[in-house]
This record gives sequence, structure tokens and C-alpha cells, in this order.
Amino acid sequence: MPEPLLEVRALDAFYGDFQALFGVSLRVAAGEVVAVIGANGAGKSTLLKCIAGVIASRHDAVVFDGEPIGEAPAFAVVARGIALVPEGRRLFSSLSVEENLLIGGQLRRPGPWTLPRIYELFPALAARRHQPSTSLSGGEQQMVAIGRALMCNPKLLVCDEISLGLAPIVVREIYARLPSIVAEGSSLVIVEQDVVQALKAANQVYCLQEGRVALAGAAATLTRETISAAYFGA
Amino acid sequence: MEWINIVIQGVLIGGLYAMFAAGLALIFGVMRLVNIAHGDLIVLAAYIALMTTDTLGINPLLAIVIVVPIMAAIGYGLQRVLLNRTLGDDILPPLLVTFGLSVIIQNALLELFTADSRRLRAGAIEVASFPLAEGVWIGVLPLLQFVVAVAVIGALQLLFYRTAFGRAFRATSDDQSVAQLMGLDSRHVFALAMALSLAVIAVAGVFIAIRTNFDPAIGPARLIFGFEAVIIGGLGSMWGTLAGGIILGVAQAIGAQINPGWQLLAGHLAFLLILALRPEGLFPKVKG
Repeated sequence: MPEPLLEVRALDAFYGDFQALFGVSLRVAAGEVVAVIGANGAGKSTLLKCIAGVIASRHDAVVFDGEPIGEAPAFAVVARGIALVPEGRRLFSSLSVEENLLIGGQLRRPGPWTLPRIYELFPALAARRHQPSTSLSGGEQQMVAIGRALMCNPKLLVCDEISLGLAPIVVREIYARLPSIVAEGSSLVIVEQDVVQALKAANQVYCLQEGRVALAGAAATLTRETISAAYFGA
Repeated sequence: MEWINIVIQGVLIGGLYAMFAAGLALIFGVMRLVNIAHGDLIVLAAYIALMTTDTLGINPLLAIVIVVPIMAAIGYGLQRVLLNRTLGDDILPPLLVTFGLSVIIQNALLELFTADSRRLRAGAIEVASFPLAEGVWIGVLPLLQFVVAVAVIGALQLLFYRTAFGRAFRATSDDQSVAQLMGLDSRHVFALAMALSLAVIAVAGVFIAIRTNFDPAIGPARLIFGFEAVIIGGLGSMWGTLAGGIILGVAQAIGAQINPGWQLLAGHLAFLLILALRPEGLFPKVKG
């Protein structure tokens, strides 16, 4: 098996005394789309926060590109090439659409993503580039959040609940763009409550249940029954 | 004619107040830190200017190019070493720590320079003036100070809204944790903001030291002027702080003309009036 781009090894995570993750392990190969599914409170967002450095973990619990980054703070993790699209979009409200994108680009990591390429990927944003980010619809805001993370030119793009609160047609439109992101050389980790959507987009699926990996496997090999058993518990 | 002169004096001194206010507004805007030591840092800048001119024998106006980088370095260090540790969900720790800092600066200056009042000598420019119209005279130094203040505030406005630097400030102010996700180390961004704030008050400190006598105890009153100008102007634009400074300066000048004891009172009354009628200030932050 080739060296993975991201490897999470026996990761434990805590909020104070509460343990949210128990020995979670996960691998993402270059060019792969990995979906993390699970019920509310299963630990999906916590896992992403550990990967992105928002929550510090054991030094070697997160290994990226062969380097242990478990203890690295978020601003150092993104400089290495992991960009997070946070849950709820969380755009900079006093910045325009374009300024939001430029904040993502301020690290000047070399790569394919530039302002014109983002507007090509999400044409709806081009016309609204100078508007305040708060004046956009939910779907457009999600596009800005993805574009902002892409402007970091990440090797790994991590998306937390990008379909949350959006109309199904908008969700389909956003998911239709993911293959062109992968084609530019980024791997993806997506956390998703919409299991059908996740299975369609992903190569590999991990299902979390109460902080543990209950099921892992290639998306094509998983049946509805095994997933629902892992999702809800037996 | 007399009243025109008075209003002009008030406008020109307002530039100085605007520089006090811009430094305060900047750090409050970026990191929600209310810097109680702000006034004492202005006085510190005045003393650094005094040492610079005494040692090098240069004109105080020239000393600005030395005092500004020194104050900026102090600001960066102060934020990294001390103030970053006080920031959090609770607004009380930074208030208490900067209050303590204010006491420390005042007493250190008292120890080093005694309580004697000092003054910087800038030469003939101090008393130079020219007639604007029949009976209306403008002092060269107050005019220079006002022009510098407008330039400083214009530069801050441009920096804040037109550069990558300012974008990083606004993004960090909006959402510190997401700014970290985009690679902005907020400890560094905050330290840069404090450096900028102290660079601005370094300019103000030098002008104060030329215009009036100063001693280690005058800081808190400058802090109040800065606060009042910020509140009058509102937090929406750097130009608001200029308007706030001018309104405060004019009110004080008119008060002093009516009765010499009313100078400060008139300024406070103008501030209270605006606080009562328009608590968000003249240029409030636009809610998105």
C-alpha cells in the first residue's frame, strides 16, 4: 500500500473530562475522496478539528505527508496544506466575497487555485465579488467558504457538513463541483449527514459511532444494511 | 473674528485628539482590548522623544522618525509577551492588566525623569504663524500637526480597507478561530495591530511634547480625550475618529473662551450630549 497523504493513528480526543474520540484511525491516499459519516455527536466534527489543528492531539496521532502534525496549531497546519471548510460556513462578515477569498490566498502556497479559477469553478460568485459576504444566499456562502479554503491551495481539503441547511438542488450543484477539485490534485475528506450523497461522492467511507470507527471500507462495497447497522448501532 | 480664530484652534487641536483616538479604536476594533495604559504610552513616547533630542541634539520633529519605530517595537513586544495572555472571553483581565501597566509606566517615568514638567523645543516653528484672512491667524505648528493627523488617519483608513494587512486585521477581528484556519496567527496579527497603534501615538506624543508642558502624570487625561473622541466618532471608520477629535477640540476651545475653567467641562459636555443623542457615534459600524 503506498504511503498515505494523511494518516490518523489511534486518535483520542477530549473536551475537558469528556472523551469524544476513542482510538480513531483513518487513512487518506493522494487523490482520494474519503467520507466520514455518523449520527449527531458521533465525533465527526471533532475528528476534523483534530486533523486541522483546531484541537491539539498527541504528536504522532495525525501524520500528514510523512510528518507528525498532531501538536501543530491550526495556522501551521494550513501552511502545510490542509484547509478546512468549517461547519456553518463562517465567512468573515465584514469582508466582501473577494476579500474572503483573498484571505485564503494570503499564505501564497503555490498551486492551481487563483481568484479567476475560483470564479470559473463557481460562476455565481463572479458577479457578486464586491458584495458583502453576508448578502449572499446560503449556497453561495458555501461556495465562498469552499473557494476560500481552495485559495490556500491545499493538498487536502476538509469539508465539514457542506450540505447543512441547503436546498437539495444547491447541494447537488456543490457536490457536482467536487470532482474538478480532486482533478486539480487535492484529496478530500468530507463529513456528511446525508449518507446517500456521501456514498456517491466518496471512494472510502468511515462511519463513526460514539467516538469509535464502527465501519470502514470502499464506498462501492458497502451495503445499505451494513451502513445502517454501523450508523445506528446494533 | 475672534470666534473664527477659536474654532480654528479647536479644529487644529482636534487633529491631536484624533491621533489618540485612532490608536485606541484600532486595537479595540481588532482585538476588543480597551487599553487603559494608552495615555501613559503617549507620555512615554514624549519622554522617548525628549531623550532622543537630548542625546542626538536634533529637532523634535525629526525625532519622530526615531520615536515611531521604537514605540512600534515596544507595542509588538508588549502584545506578544503580556497582553496576548490576557485576551479571552472575559474582558476584565486586559482591563486590569493595562490599568496596572498604566500605574507602572507613570511611576517608572516619575522615578527616571522626576515630576518636573518638561517641554521639547522645536525652534522658530513653535511661534510661527500666518494670516489666513483679515484678523484670522493660523499657527504653523498646529497646522502641521493637523495635516499630519489627517495624513496618519487617511493612511490608516487605506491600510485597513485596501491592503492585505488590513484585510488580515478585519478577518481576525471578525472570527479569530477561522482566521487561524486560514493561516493567520492571531498572536502575530494582534501584535502588529498594537505596534501600529503605538506608532500612531508616537507621532501624537511628539506633538504634545512640543505644544505643551508634560510630566509623568498627564497620561490618564489624554486617555479620556481619546475615549471621548472614539465614542463621538463611532467605530465604523477611521474618519469618524477625526470627526470625534475635531468636535472635542472645538468644544474645548469654545468652553475655554467663555470661561477659562470650562475648557475640559465643555469637552465632556459635548461628549455626553452625543452619547445621549447618538450612542453609536457619528460614524457607526454598519451591521452586515
